[in-house]
Amino acid sequence: MSRNADIHSLEIKRSYLGSSLFGWLCAAATYICIAVLVGLLVTVLVNGVPWLSWTLLTSFPSRDPAKAGVLPALAGSLWLIGITALVSIPTGVGAAVYLEEYANSSWWRKLVQLNISNLAGVPSIVYGILGLGLFVRAMSLERSVIAGALTLTLVVLPIVILSTQEALRAVPSTIRQASYALGATRWQTVWLQVLPAALPGVMTGVILAIARALGEAAPLVAVGAVAFVAFVPQSLGDEFSALPLQIFNWAERPQEEFHGLASAAIVVLLAVLILLNTGAVLVRAKYGRRIKW
Amino acid sequence: MTSATDSTVAPALGSSSEGRIARRGWEAIIHVFLAACAGISVLTTIGIVVVLLVESLQFFREVPLTDFLFGTQWTPLIKPQHFGILPLLCGTLLVTGGAILIAAPLGLGAAIYLSEYAPRAVREVVKPLLEVLAGIPSVVYGVLAVTTVSPIVRSLFQSDSIFNALSASIVVGFMILPTIISLSEDVLRSVPRDLRSAAFALGATKYDVTAKVVVPAALSGIMASFLLAISRAVGETMAVTLAAGATPRMTLNPLDSVQTMTAYIVQVSKGDTPAGSIEYRTIFAVGLALFCSTMALNLIAQWILSRMREQYE
Repeated sequence: MSRNADIHSLEIKRSYLGSSLFGWLCAAATYICIAVLVGLLVTVLVNGVPWLSWTLLTSFPSRDPAKAGVLPALAGSLWLIGITALVSIPTGVGAAVYLEEYANSSWWRKLVQLNISNLAGVPSIVYGILGLGLFVRAMSLERSVIAGALTLTLVVLPIVILSTQEALRAVPSTIRQASYALGATRWQTVWLQVLPAALPGVMTGVILAIARALGEAAPLVAVGAVAFVAFVPQSLGDEFSALPLQIFNWAERPQEEFHGLASAAIVVLLAVLILLNTGAVLVRAKYGRRIKW
Repeated sequence: MTSATDSTVAPALGSSSEGRIARRGWEAIIHVFLAACAGISVLTTIGIVVVLLVESLQFFREVPLTDFLFGTQWTPLIKPQHFGILPLLCGTLLVTGGAILIAAPLGLGAAIYLSEYAPRAVREVVKPLLEVLAGIPSVVYGVLAVTTVSPIVRSLFQSDSIFNALSASIVVGFMILPTIISLSEDVLRSVPRDLRSAAFALGATKYDVTAKVVVPAALSGIMASFLLAISRAVGETMAVTLAAGATPRMTLNPLDSVQTMTAYIVQVSKGDTPAGSIEYRTIFAVGLALFCSTMALNLIAQWILSRMREQYE
């Protein structure tokens, strides 16, 4: 009798041991991922910081690693994300407003929705090929800032649309009904009530999309952008480089010095990305709390 | 609702009938503008398909489809030219396979921990941290693969190829981790609480509940997250181009230098290939293959996920 109970409790102990072991394994998997993330950032810093200098920020690319800099690339990137933001925010938010607030016919809505979620999964290099065929060749914009920016716009549009839709859905329908009850038209309701209420969510999505545009290199390579540009772009029609392109170009070279430069340029790129993301967090913190339903 | 607005409320606001007509016109203009914005997304898809098909069809006029699909040599840039896509496909599969072998166990483990074990406070710190992995640009992973991962791989396996599929697999594995973690965690959480309670009531341990009840119930969603991750790995470009090299070949040895479909597109785009030449058209044919394969993976994953949502709602 007592022996039987002993065996039984042993079995329970063993199964509890196995159970907690499994929990530890899963926790280990999580912390390995975080360790890799930290290791990745530390490696970039260790490789890149020694190469960070004022020359790097203010010089043009050069064959001599000591004189090479990212100025045209940085300027090109700022041009690109500026124009991408200008085009993608109104169209992306507009499309989301249409889908959430206007579209009546359900099959058309479903089609567009399915289409957008599929576009979000299309590899960015395929957008580059589209940009090559459409903007560079068919519209003969050549390898200009505007061709690159329009291609990036197509890459980030699904992100802007999907995140805006989510923000719009979070606005309670009572707000809309109250607005209609006061005699507002549909657009007045959207523009004066729904969009301001959804603004923090919309802004967060937009900033994430811009961050994505900033880091994308593949579509720009396909469009034919070149990393060796010896001037800062002055207009929409100029050739351009971009930070990720410059990093790619340096990383491809066999010399160690250029790998150091690539890491330093990554530090610059990550710094801009962190600025953007901090902006997103601040926007959410500032406006997110003001509204309580 | 609109008719009520027009007949009673608008006059009460004191607007003339011309104002009302103007406002209605304005509303209509805005409606059309917003619909056009939504239409852009449909046009983008049509644009992708048309651009890829037009150039690819001209490519296939010169190269038979069977040669393209079943040829085992890919040398479009050197004579004699061969246009068999299998070496590129092989390279893509090798890199993607390695990446998913790394990402699937780690990602599923992390998802289980976050959904079943981790305290709320831990989860709220860890989840956004892991999202950072997805926000880091692809080219950064590429640089890390070349400068850090590849030397480690070479010294571990005594190999001398700077470019190898394994270092590409490793970095791509970590790039696709967040996709697996966030989606799998969502589906694990969507498993009804009742199932867990019932299993606990039968005397099951936490392990039994998790591994024999919750994970099987969420299995199709977890599979969908794997498919989406695979699709991302197939389309991954810059990291793979930098790490895996530019040698299209049929090999399953992860220490060899290979070339993926995406890396080939980059290689041709970097050079000055004249528009209209057969070399130029190859990138559209390869792009079409890439587009079709990722699209198929995405559609299957979405179909699985929508079926699962119906099941639990």
